[in-house]
Amino acid sequence: MAEFINFYLIPGLILGSIYALGAIGITMTFGILRFANFAHGETMTLGVYIAWSLVQLTGIKSLVPILLVLMPVSMMLTIMIVLLIDKAFYKPLRASPVIILVIASFGLMLMIRSVTQFSWGVQLKTILPGIQPRINLLDFLSFPLKHVFIVGGALLLMYAVHHVLTYTKIGKAMRAMSDSPELARLTGINTENVVMATWVMGAGLACAAGVFLAVDTQVDTMMGFKILLPMFAAAILGGVGKPYGAMAGGLVIGVAEELSSYHWIGDGPLLNPGYKQGIAFAIMIIILLWRPTGLFKGKSF
Amino acid sequence: MDPVLYGYMLYGISLLTVGGMYAILALGLNVQWGFTGLFNAGIAGFFGIGAYTAAILTTNPHASHVGGLQMPYIVSAITAMLVAGIIAFLVGKVCLKLRSDYLAIATIGIAEIFRLIVNNETWATNGPRGISQIPRPFEGLPEPINQVAFLGVVLLTLAGVYWLMEIARKSPWGRVMTAIRDNETSAKAAGKNVETFRMEGFVIGCMIMALAGALMAHYLKFVNPQTTDPLLATFIVFVMLVIGGSANNKGAILGAFLVWTLWSASEIVAPRLLEAIGMTDAGIRSAYVRIFLIGLLLQIFLQKNPQGLLPETRPSSPGKNGS
Repeated sequence: MAEFINFYLIPGLILGSIYALGAIGITMTFGILRFANFAHGETMTLGVYIAWSLVQLTGIKSLVPILLVLMPVSMMLTIMIVLLIDKAFYKPLRASPVIILVIASFGLMLMIRSVTQFSWGVQLKTILPGIQPRINLLDFLSFPLKHVFIVGGALLLMYAVHHVLTYTKIGKAMRAMSDSPELARLTGINTENVVMATWVMGAGLACAAGVFLAVDTQVDTMMGFKILLPMFAAAILGGVGKPYGAMAGGLVIGVAEELSSYHWIGDGPLLNPGYKQGIAFAIMIIILLWRPTGLFKGKSF
Repeated sequence: MDPVLYGYMLYGISLLTVGGMYAILALGLNVQWGFTGLFNAGIAGFFGIGAYTAAILTTNPHASHVGGLQMPYIVSAITAMLVAGIIAFLVGKVCLKLRSDYLAIATIGIAEIFRLIVNNETWATNGPRGISQIPRPFEGLPEPINQVAFLGVVLLTLAGVYWLMEIARKSPWGRVMTAIRDNETSAKAAGKNVETFRMEGFVIGCMIMALAGALMAHYLKFVNPQTTDPLLATFIVFVMLVIGGSANNKGAILGAFLVWTLWSASEIVAPRLLEAIGMTDAGIRSAYVRIFLIGLLLQIFLQKNPQGLLPETRPSSPGKNGS
């Protein structure tokens, strides 16, 4: 039992919160700009490297200031870069068929990655060096303290998303655009503002998700691409255009990936851990077959 | 012969051989993207399926992997295409009903799953170490005749695929394909079964990609999970097709040779340029610069010249002008 919770369930929840944050951006871009953004994983990686550079620059070595000071700064910088990318590469294609935008994002995925690899090299790096303190509870629960901050930070950001979408004018406009772009335009919503807000939200959350992942594991130029498929799967599972669906989808997929290698039957892992990455894909295929609109009745194109 | 000249000649042969294989890939993608409007982001996967099938069928028996069946090349090429076709059919069953983005996500997923399988199922594929000693047609002949002969095989295959695709393009079938791409609703209204046509386009395209993969396995005489590197095998084919001219078979071939020549030439030029401006690690870093530039080239074409170098030409309809 203790083993199950400490080594499978908790890591699953951590991974799930990270997927959830990343998937919000994917689902909003899919819902509002109407295309699957393949460059989203690389946005995340870029954000992580910006944060890593800030850590080196300031010499800050402890978790709380990294998350409270450096992470917001990295989020701002990532957002600025993504807005520039939108201006240079996506805006000229707004009138093109969506699939052209998908190709453009596929190209940008490799362009951003090559910039990252060119600037920082491909060696693994760490944002948070050294042994981290652990928390022991109730005799059997044991997990690193940083996991508390990751889950807490993710929940806080998700609450912020909820607040923006429910109570602010731009948030309401975003939901309206996602539900019906034609209707939204008729009511006089400024489309370009909504598009910008979508990029701001997506890029900021991608950077945050990346930093959480980097704090939990390592900094790697492929880290964003490796979780791109789970994030897509989370967005589809939750229903395209549905931010709450993406959060739920992310959690489900993160937990499912970790639990898949638990020894449910017999002594060996149920699924060879080498295939963990395949779980997201399998879930995505099942949902596409069974209910293409996802759990939260999103869009199906 | 002068050794320098001889070296250039061998380089030219290899440029044409690999360029020819990319041209076959681009023709396969053209059926999907050019004519049917389907975005296959997992070209690498179907290419890899072809390469591994050919490797397993034609090698000599070896303890490190399954197969070693010593089959003739033609059998392995056909099997490679069949395997890829079946997998494409299954993917298509799930995704073709939905909008093209879903197909893009699912195909990139298939490519990743395929990489997981070849990496993990060591008993069958020898894992990351890959399968070596794959035979190549005409390898018994003396240098450079064997190289020229293999180039001949590639170019003949390319010509055959081109010929078939041109027939397909001009046929009623090809016309329905472009009609669906341009206006799905009106094609449906005309009584065409959109899903079936899409499925045919997708499966045929994937089979052509697997054929290119089989050729590549024989050419390199070696496959490993890196063979299905998503960058080279997927992305560059898209760049080739967009630059050459999607929905134009000549454009696909032109784009493939052009981009492959640029890509290979930049492999020689880029590191020297970076070294000249005093950059450290010029060799490694130049690879990233090249990828960035080829991505930029794609973006420029998408924005400024989405038709590509050779724009689509529609076959004249038999009803008009009597042609």
